[in-house]
Amino acid sequence: MSESRLRIALAWIGLRLLRRLRPRRRAQEPPAPRRAEPPDALARETPSTPRAELLVAALLLVGALAAAAFVVLYVVRPDTQLLGLCLGGALVICGIAAAFAGKRVVPQETASEPYEQLADERKVDDVGAIVREAGEGVSRRGMLAAAAGLAGATIGAAAVVPVASLGPAVGDRITATPWRRGRRLVDSEGRPLRPEQITEGTVVLAFPEAADRNTLDAPVMLLRFAPEELEMSAARRAAAPGGVIAYSRICTHASCAVSMYRHPLHPATAPEPALVCPCHFSTFDPRRGGAVLFGPAGRPLPQLPLQVNAAGELVAAGGFIGQVGPSYAGERETEA
Amino acid sequence: MRLVPRPDPVRDPVRFVDQRLGAGSLLRSTLRYVFPDHWSFMLGEIALYAFVMLVATGVFLSLNYVPSDETVTYTGSYAPLQGRTMGAQYESVLRIVFDLPAGNLLRQTHHWAANVFVVAIALHLARICLTGAFRRPRELNYLVGVTMLALALVEGFLGYSLIDDLLSGMGLAIAYSVAGSIPFVGGDLAILFWGGEYPGSSAIWPRMEILHVLLIPVAIGGLLTVHLVQVIRQHHTQFPGGPRGERAVVGTPLWAAYALRSIGLFLIVAGLLLLLGGLVQINPIWLWGPYETALSTNGAQPDWYLGWLIGALRLMPPLEVRFGDYVAVPNPFWGGALYPLVVFGILYLWPWIDKRRWGDRARHETLDRPRDNPRRTASFAALATWVFVILFAGSVDRFAFRTLISYEAQIWFLRGAAIAGPVVAYLVTRRLCEELRARERHPLRGWSGEVVRARDDGGWAAQPEEAPTDEAAGEAAPPR
Amino acid sequence: MSGHRHLSRARRLARAVARRRPLLPRPVRVAAAIGCASLAAAIGLGALASQAPSVGAQAGDEPPAATGNTPTSPAASGTATGPAPPAAIGAAPPTVTGSEPAPAAASGSDPASATPGQLAEGRRLFLSGCASCHGEDARGIEDVAPSLRGVGAASADFYLRTGRMPMEDPQDEPQRKEPFYDERQIAALVAYVGSFGGPPIPSVDPAAGDLSVGFRVFGELCAGCHQIVGRGGITTGAWVPGLQEASPLDVAEAIEIGPYVMPAFGDQLTQEQVDSLARYVTWTRQPDDVGGWGIGHIGPVPEGMVAWLLAGAALLLTIRLIGERTTR
Repeated sequence: MSESRLRIALAWIGLRLLRRLRPRRRAQEPPAPRRAEPPDALARETPSTPRAELLVAALLLVGALAAAAFVVLYVVRPDTQLLGLCLGGALVICGIAAAFAGKRVVPQETASEPYEQLADERKVDDVGAIVREAGEGVSRRGMLAAAAGLAGATIGAAAVVPVASLGPAVGDRITATPWRRGRRLVDSEGRPLRPEQITEGTVVLAFPEAADRNTLDAPVMLLRFAPEELEMSAARRAAAPGGVIAYSRICTHASCAVSMYRHPLHPATAPEPALVCPCHFSTFDPRRGGAVLFGPAGRPLPQLPLQVNAAGELVAAGGFIGQVGPSYAGERETEA
Repeated sequence: MRLVPRPDPVRDPVRFVDQRLGAGSLLRSTLRYVFPDHWSFMLGEIALYAFVMLVATGVFLSLNYVPSDETVTYTGSYAPLQGRTMGAQYESVLRIVFDLPAGNLLRQTHHWAANVFVVAIALHLARICLTGAFRRPRELNYLVGVTMLALALVEGFLGYSLIDDLLSGMGLAIAYSVAGSIPFVGGDLAILFWGGEYPGSSAIWPRMEILHVLLIPVAIGGLLTVHLVQVIRQHHTQFPGGPRGERAVVGTPLWAAYALRSIGLFLIVAGLLLLLGGLVQINPIWLWGPYETALSTNGAQPDWYLGWLIGALRLMPPLEVRFGDYVAVPNPFWGGALYPLVVFGILYLWPWIDKRRWGDRARHETLDRPRDNPRRTASFAALATWVFVILFAGSVDRFAFRTLISYEAQIWFLRGAAIAGPVVAYLVTRRLCEELRARERHPLRGWSGEVVRARDDGGWAAQPEEAPTDEAAGEAAPPR
Repeated sequence: MSGHRHLSRARRLARAVARRRPLLPRPVRVAAAIGCASLAAAIGLGALASQAPSVGAQAGDEPPAATGNTPTSPAASGTATGPAPPAAIGAAPPTVTGSEPAPAAASGSDPASATPGQLAEGRRLFLSGCASCHGEDARGIEDVAPSLRGVGAASADFYLRTGRMPMEDPQDEPQRKEPFYDERQIAALVAYVGSFGGPPIPSVDPAAGDLSVGFRVFGELCAGCHQIVGRGGITTGAWVPGLQEASPLDVAEAIEIGPYVMPAFGDQLTQEQVDSLARYVTWTRQPDDVGGWGIGHIGPVPEGMVAWLLAGAALLLTIRLIGERTTR
């Protein structure tokens, strides 16, 4: 019902437009009033032909139809592809019509305009003189200038200082982590983890129990190696009970999650174990205290010391060995 | 019979305005403003129209975006995320994508417009630098343009980051680390802006939103106005060989041919962006999922116009400056901050480097064709190669995935290419320009044969004629 | 003999198809692969492939030291000449070397259900096709290939069904390609390797999984290497396959065994999570492209190419056409 009405309406619009399309005889047009000054044209021609005008009108009509279709679709079925096709198509077609009209319908003209003389030494002198006139009769110019400069500088400083209200002071924020001696490690479902769950060849994502996990210090990765495989200091090895070792999930280069763990099924024919960051491919050696094997990271992945509590669950034995997250210029980094 | 003045649909409104503002002569000169006839002068217009589309679509998006990281549980219409906890800002964008009619069309058009905006600016900048359009009297306008490019990059990054999807969260973490790596002030700066250690306090979201939807767009809009006013005041440059040379600009007046062409270009740019927005998926944040600090994905890149920064971060060897436990320069500074500062420094100083090199402080209204100044063209080719090699390094993991060429090997190769590439590009481009120019000046150079001439007596005679030598070609064209 | 040569050429072709990842969209690439496969079939390689059982039978009659059918790696043929006595099937008690116990939930193929005929054929195929690297007693050869005792049916099934084994050069990274053996042969080999013990083929039911859970777990454990939409990627030292061709069973097996350098996640995932992951991975074959053409689902790199090569080129063409006066 509404469709047929729409069709009638479109046909009517089409007919009206078609009637307008018939070329009017140019002879009957009143002559365009001429300009007082002659056009500064180097060359001028009127390229319009009835065919070109018809083409432009037809393109505009198609564009109008597509735009109307956009409106209808928006109400009836707002599908992204159809909407984009209709509105984008409408604009492109009308754009082609306009550009074509600009080249083949309206008069084509090559004109010229002189470049302006920009520099004028007299005006420069005048301005200089006007500025200096302000100092006439003023004897302590230096003192006034110094005082004004001082006032300006202090007011400027006063205007900038409130920027500090944007955030907290730096020091205490970076070094504080949720890891304390005895805090349990939980998996992403919040269940406590036991050392026997960490088997060789797997990687387990863990978080501090009852703490915000969406921070740089919270997430760690648990791996297991045969204790004799761990080539690291006695203190670090002691922090990896039974060969279960925890590293910060956050890259020391640019704070991305080190979410790749390659662990060879057959070490003789595959690359050695490594933790790799997918942002800039910093590669860390989990058997050597997280040392950098490749890529831009400047320091090892921090290690979280572990213990097993009386209930046989994995808990932190203290804060990280090494600072979590990226390095900050102007800060002091301390081990552990 | 009384003389009733016939209503005139054109002159009446002009008269109305003229009587009140005296703007008649301004209108007149505007309509007759001459645009030189060369396609490359429309590159800036593409950028302008992409910016118009960015504002138009951005208004819609900003009215539907929620700048908050409050944790919500998704219950909308997208199945793979149902029941997932996420920030309110990410959820508001999911709503734009899935639940607002034409929402995703406008979001994707906005994002494509951002990508094309920077493409157009880059091409425009290349045209300016290669043809010497930055020379006196247009140095200031050149600086305005470079500043807009820098702002566009920041603006694009902020828009990308506002969503807090997996990719943008990773990008923001890198930005945080780069900010923290700026010598002396970095740590304080990063903590200050983010309101704490990454991911920062909730205040970061309205902060970034205000920068993205208000401060930077207004800055770009203001500079754009200054840019256009300066162009109108100084007129376009033009290529050499025209009838009026340095004295007058020759081309098509604004009304009506140029206006129609330009309106056509606007509609085509807008239409193309909408077509892309409707038909080609961009930044499908619903596929990436929400960000948490513990999550990251392989194949993560920023939008193309920041790819040169991730490339620089990846190419940089693990070099840091430390004094004991005092961190002077962390690694991300080199690739993420120093490198773009050097590139933009070169761009900002380009007109003055050029002046110093040629000792040329004269006013120029006509351009050099790129081949007419081989060393300038070669210098720009070297700069572009430097940026491009490093941009390529940003996507080299995807390239390694496709070609099975080792990533590490490519990184080592590109470290070398980033140094040697510009030198090679300089030499090749310079030689190419000189060859082109020589061939044009002396089309018969290198030609061997005989010239046959008519003799006075009606017969023909072969006449030996020397082809011009290389030395002659070289001497004939000292760069200005 | 010429049959053998052809066979290895066919495998090289298949391998070339599998290895060359041209810059084409996946449908085109799959179409190309299908095209190559059908072309190979058309020129008779398919017929040769179906001869493989008889080739294997011949090989079984020959002394098992070296057969033309084995992967032709110099290292392999050099080290595979030891006069190791062929271990009688089932004679040696299968030693489970993996510390992981078979998950209770998994109840796929039971090695005990293998028929003696299957085991015999499996052994025959093993000796001709696998033993040169893995050793005639399946205990592996140092620096060439690992022991297969205890890797279980899950591992054998995964590597054989996805075409990763046999490999030409054991130092390469195993890549997915057309399986070398047919289904019956794979079943026999799986039964044979499974008879040494180890995890059985896991069971998986994507329909029982939850898409939302799968997406979340994939994001936590898999996306770092496989990319969040399963498009694959790289890590330093290795390539990570895309998962569009991975079947739900492939996913479950890979989780269980951790092939090549992938960690094994079998111990930390529940059956429901495995089902959900399989469901999500299957879903990523055709993710929800509400935005239109997906251009690879990897984000900015193809987007930048579209911005430059499609939009940029179209706009340059536009201004080239309308930017200058053409009438004179």
